[in-house]
Amino acid sequence: MTAPLVEVTGLTVRYGVVTALSGVDLDVGRGEIVAVLGPNGAGKSTLLRTIAGVHPAAHGMVRLDGWRIPAGSPERVAQAGLSLVPEGRRIFGALTVEENLRLGATPRPRSSEARNLDRMYGRFAVLGERRRQVAGTLSGGEQQQLAIARALMAEPRVILYDEPSLGLAPRIVDQIFGLIGELRDEGVTSVLVEQNARRALQLADRGAVLAGGRVVARGTSTELLNLDLSRLYFGETGAA
Amino acid sequence: MDLGTLVQQLINALSLGSIYALLALGLAMVYSTLGILNFAYGELITITGYAMFFASEAGLPFVAMAALGVLAAGIASVAMQAIVFRPLRGASFVTMLFASFALSQVVQGLFRQAISPRSKGIPTPPLFSDFLTVGDLRIGLLALLTMGIALAAMAILVVFMRTSRAGLHMRAAALDLPTARLLGVRANRVIPLAFLVSGLLAGAGGVLWIARTTSVSPATGFTPILVSFVAIVLGGLGSIPGAVIGAFIFGALEILLQAYLPGSIVPFQFAIALVAVAVVLYVRPEGLLGHRVDVKV
Repeated sequence: MTAPLVEVTGLTVRYGVVTALSGVDLDVGRGEIVAVLGPNGAGKSTLLRTIAGVHPAAHGMVRLDGWRIPAGSPERVAQAGLSLVPEGRRIFGALTVEENLRLGATPRPRSSEARNLDRMYGRFAVLGERRRQVAGTLSGGEQQQLAIARALMAEPRVILYDEPSLGLAPRIVDQIFGLIGELRDEGVTSVLVEQNARRALQLADRGAVLAGGRVVARGTSTELLNLDLSRLYFGETGAA
Repeated sequence: MDLGTLVQQLINALSLGSIYALLALGLAMVYSTLGILNFAYGELITITGYAMFFASEAGLPFVAMAALGVLAAGIASVAMQAIVFRPLRGASFVTMLFASFALSQVVQGLFRQAISPRSKGIPTPPLFSDFLTVGDLRIGLLALLTMGIALAAMAILVVFMRTSRAGLHMRAAALDLPTARLLGVRANRVIPLAFLVSGLLAGAGGVLWIARTTSVSPATGFTPILVSFVAIVLGGLGSIPGAVIGAFIFGALEILLQAYLPGSIVPFQFAIALVAVAVVLYVRPEGLLGHRVDVKV
């Protein structure tokens, strides 16, 4: 097995006196989807945001393709080929669809922008139709597509999805999960944080379960699907 | 009042309003990007004035004095960022506010000690006091030039913000800096850039301000910062178009009060204008174009 693309080792993150993550290990191989599951407040978003360089690690580290990511410099992590699709989508509602996409292209040379815009409008027809429209007028599902397209504009090696199904109708959720699967098939490595554990595991290759800031279970998706996740969520440690 | 006077006053109001608009834009630029209310912003206008003063002492023509004035304000603004605000990044709104008060006092003190507490005259071309006569209308050339230059500067700003990649980065940073950084927008580039643009606007507005007042003293920055602050609050904190509209309204208010108040009350025109703003804000606390006054304390 080749070295993992994303390697989290012994990661501890604190907010003041509160320990949000403690000693978390996670490997993500090239071309894999790894699901990170767990109840609210388990530290899933913190984990993604620390991998993306937002929060500093108190202990441990994150490596991206062997490079130790610096703390407090998310722009450098983005330059290195990692994109976070944030919780709540974080679209620039006052900017146009096209301006949102152009922002996504920031880590790449300007010369690649037009080509990538064409690629996105080919893939997401609705974004092409509304390219001059202010992004705040898009529906929730369209905004989630925009958030993913914006991440893709950077031609990332890894995408971290933070609750991509949040607040979306079931039909739209199917569409978004389908898209994440397609992108994996095209070679984009993914980490998927989801409340909807069953859905996430159906898509993912492997998963890890966080509770109270620790990894309480990990395994292949099939293994985890056979566990009683709700019991893990409430503090029982189990290995798959 | 006759129509002629009204037109003249209207032009004066637009002219003063356009200076205020440039000044307010510069203050709003940094506020909207970083949430910093930089009270040392007024000192940038003072710095513009002294740069123009020294340039004129060196025998340079007015155009060169103006260019150096703008440049000096741009450089000083970037330096303020690097020396004072950068080390405090992440500090609270009030910390930044007091740091900017302190900075303002330091700069004023330096000018008082190093140059003089007294004001220095700045020569302007005789052209500025000429009038354009249309029928029985006499329109000051300086008022027209001021409007023209201010509008040109604002047009350049709009084109830069709308069409360049750096402008897009600044707009995104103003809306949501953490998300912009996640997308790869470099804070260490976009923040100094916001201060540079802020400083250049202060410089452009400052040159027009100095051309009007024809002198500079360590306290020169006081009225410009006060007016800019009033304009951005009136327009709605954080709203860039709001800053411009607030500036024009305040400029018009000041000119109209000056023109039509009885002589004995004229000395209070600025105070009355401020009271009027307070009344507007009582009715609409978020300002004319603002959504919500969101002060991070």
